[in-house]
Amino acid sequence: MARVVVDVMLKPEILDPQGQAVANALPHLGVEGVSAVRIGKRIEIEFVGDADLDRARDIADRLLANPVIEEFTVRADDSAGDDRQ
Amino acid sequence: MRIGVVTFPGSLDDGDARRAVRVAGADAIALWHADADLHGVDAVVLPGGFSYGDYLRCGAIARFSPVMATIVDAARGGLPVLGICNGFQVLCEAHLLPGALVRNAHLHFRNRDQRLRIETARTPWTMDYGPRQEVCIPVKNGEGRYVADEHTLDLLEAEDRVVARYVGGNPNGSMRDIAAIRNEAGNVVGIMPHPEHAVSALTGPSTDGLGFFTSIIAAVGGSRRPAHTAGAQA
Repeated sequence: MARVVVDVMLKPEILDPQGQAVANALPHLGVEGVSAVRIGKRIEIEFVGDADLDRARDIADRLLANPVIEEFTVRADDSAGDDRQ
Repeated sequence: MRIGVVTFPGSLDDGDARRAVRVAGADAIALWHADADLHGVDAVVLPGGFSYGDYLRCGAIARFSPVMATIVDAARGGLPVLGICNGFQVLCEAHLLPGALVRNAHLHFRNRDQRLRIETARTPWTMDYGPRQEVCIPVKNGEGRYVADEHTLDLLEAEDRVVARYVGGNPNGSMRDIAAIRNEAGNVVGIMPHPEHAVSALTGPSTDGLGFFTSIIAAVGGSRRPAHTAGAQA
């Protein structure tokens, strides 16, 4: 099994009110020195067989991201199956 | 006159949309997302709600349903289509309308009676309205902020494709106060507020929304095709 990770982010020029809300909450936690937070989506695609970056890119382009407001990156994830923090 | 109203899993306002069609004087035909057949309807309404749970993005998955494949083709051929709220989101995701609808700038779900100015009567869905007529219909959305790049916004304004604007306060941060737009041909209109909730004094703030439904009846009635083909049974 091979995992491909697609990260989808709002384009820089698109207002991200969720990120702003998080950034504005950080001082309440005593966290200083953060100038901005932006929130996106991480999507993991499990392929049967080898990781197929081209197909993942096609899936991202057609469905996972809306090119009007979002951009995406695609990468093979070699850490599939690892424990997460 | 047969006006189809699509039901997706998670549609919410399909019942009100069908009722608005009947109040205006046409037959409301229930269309099902998994059925690619439009059953000979003269126009289609994509209703409000949360199709497919709003998963991924609002309207993103509904766009790939069997009925939408047919509607996209038919709309490109001139079939009148009105997308309300979630229906507007579906039309943008299906690239029948430019731009996108994103999270309200203030992050709150906004639910109130909203004043709008109908900016153009040059669509089959708004021809019953007067020039720059102001109306009051409910708005209710969490992701209703219309965004597009500056070039697209300029083009929409230059080509008289902004169909309605918010007046008396913008409820979601939409660019240039845009509440509704149309495609180049004018047959496809997307609107974020809900005309189908303002068709009778008992249940709405006004009957101002009825004009969308009487408009389409007048528009399609004027160019009425003869009897529909076989299989036109809902």
